[in-house]
Amino acid sequence: MPQARVAIVGAGPAGAFAAASLRRAAGAVEIDFFERLPTPWGLLRGGVAPDHQEIKRLEDTFHRQTLARGVRFLGHVDVGVDLSHAELMRHYTAVVYATGAQTDKSLGIPGEELPGSWAATEFVAWYNGHPDYRDLEFDLSGQRAVVIGNGNVAADVTRILTLPIAELERTDVADHALETLRESKIEEVVVLGRRGPAQAAFTSAELRDLGRLDGVDVVVHRDEVQLDPISRQWLEEEGTFTARKNVALLREFADREPSPDARQRITLRFLRSPVAIEGTDRVEAIEIRRNQIERDDEGTLRARPADAPAETIACSLVLRSVGYRAVPLPDVPFDERHFVLPNEGGRVLGPDGTAVPGVYAVGWIKRGPTGILGTNKRDAEETVAALVEDLRGGALPEPEQPGREAIDALLAERQPDHVTVEGWRAIDAHERTQAEDRPRVKLTTRDELLERARSG
Amino acid sequence: MTYVIAGSCVKDDSCIEVCPVDCIHPKPGAPDFDVAEQLYIDPAVCIDCDACVEACPVDAIFPDFDTPEKFDYALDLNAEFFAERSTAERTAA
Repeated sequence: MPQARVAIVGAGPAGAFAAASLRRAAGAVEIDFFERLPTPWGLLRGGVAPDHQEIKRLEDTFHRQTLARGVRFLGHVDVGVDLSHAELMRHYTAVVYATGAQTDKSLGIPGEELPGSWAATEFVAWYNGHPDYRDLEFDLSGQRAVVIGNGNVAADVTRILTLPIAELERTDVADHALETLRESKIEEVVVLGRRGPAQAAFTSAELRDLGRLDGVDVVVHRDEVQLDPISRQWLEEEGTFTARKNVALLREFADREPSPDARQRITLRFLRSPVAIEGTDRVEAIEIRRNQIERDDEGTLRARPADAPAETIACSLVLRSVGYRAVPLPDVPFDERHFVLPNEGGRVLGPDGTAVPGVYAVGWIKRGPTGILGTNKRDAEETVAALVEDLRGGALPEPEQPGREAIDALLAERQPDHVTVEGWRAIDAHERTQAEDRPRVKLTTRDELLERARSG
Repeated sequence: MTYVIAGSCVKDDSCIEVCPVDCIHPKPGAPDFDVAEQLYIDPAVCIDCDACVEACPVDAIFPDFDTPEKFDYALDLNAEFFAERSTAERTAA
């Protein structure tokens, strides 16, 4: 039997951990990354906040464990458009989907579609220089922004809106975003949490960072950090280390006095849900209502509307960050209820509940949008263990066209501009040499990226 | 003397794999692993050997005497995690 070949669709962290794990488990297997963008590493490049450069160092590990060890990069190739799932299956022994969760959940409230109301992930992709988002125009000329949600993306966008520009200038934030943020007139960012301080999904590290921004006051209303009896009991009996740290930090924030020379203010509100976004031609205000914590029949703490008058906050920008969703992939089974590929330990299951031979999933498309970067390592190890077991057990038939030459010929026809590892190296080297006091200066259009890749 | 893990930890557990004295927690499979926002080093057990620093892909581990100012909370945080843990274990026993 000729050498087994595996296609990994999506070169983000989950795909990278899967390639590294497969390299370790079955060194002789040939691995190709297929990536929609001309650049690898997914959310490490396009999601992780530019002021968290230390986390971006993971790209060195990814490179060393995959591309430097012969894993091929085939970028600017859109599986489902340039190549079909069936075509991949004809050329590879196995196909691993690592496509993530590409859309955000909507709030489902009136006014959400008004100009000035965005998914926080659009703002993130814009400031991180994702080529598909670089032309979005964020109007930061108003005085107040409202961020809906209490997770790490909510914390990131809040920080980017309030970070001293001098600090941002030392990062790899996209140049177009730097220009806009430099002119920002935003004085206050209000962050709304549906549930209470004990249930906030921030990590304590993110929350602590919000309280340490130079020239920025962090405001928490004392009455909103008083825990209700249900939350207090939950925190004592079931609360995590992080939840207890968060409550302590928020109480400390609530005790702070405003600083007379603060440049900006972050106001963290709890037990507040948006009801409607208001405005005639664009966002002018958001109406919110108060919630209370109740325990449901399964024992989960939930926010329920409280009997209280609505409150209106004037604002010109609304960024929602209330969760993510995967989108179905053409010709691959999809679980419409859980927004993942139906799978058992990474083996993708068909409509009859049995594994589809040779098709696997890893990362958010496998488990849903949970966990942090490192979570993907163990997730990938599980998928790779299944794949290697199937491979060694003879469960994977030889593909019709097992040779590398066949897929290369097809690619040359379908996407002659595809970016290889040499192309990516040329982009990477260019971006790093352009930077003086910055880690890199990102190329942010496909044309620029492809042109630089061709020079490699 | 001990090493400490800062908030930039991505929980990829490379440090756990190399630690010779098993002082980094929670470990994969432990009940509190999934909900932990980062890993922590038990200062009472750490032998200051440096192996974890070399293994960390995001440089999130520092010696206690050389922790950057932005991570000045990390020494107390790592110690507190184990103080709480032992209380919980005592209570459970």
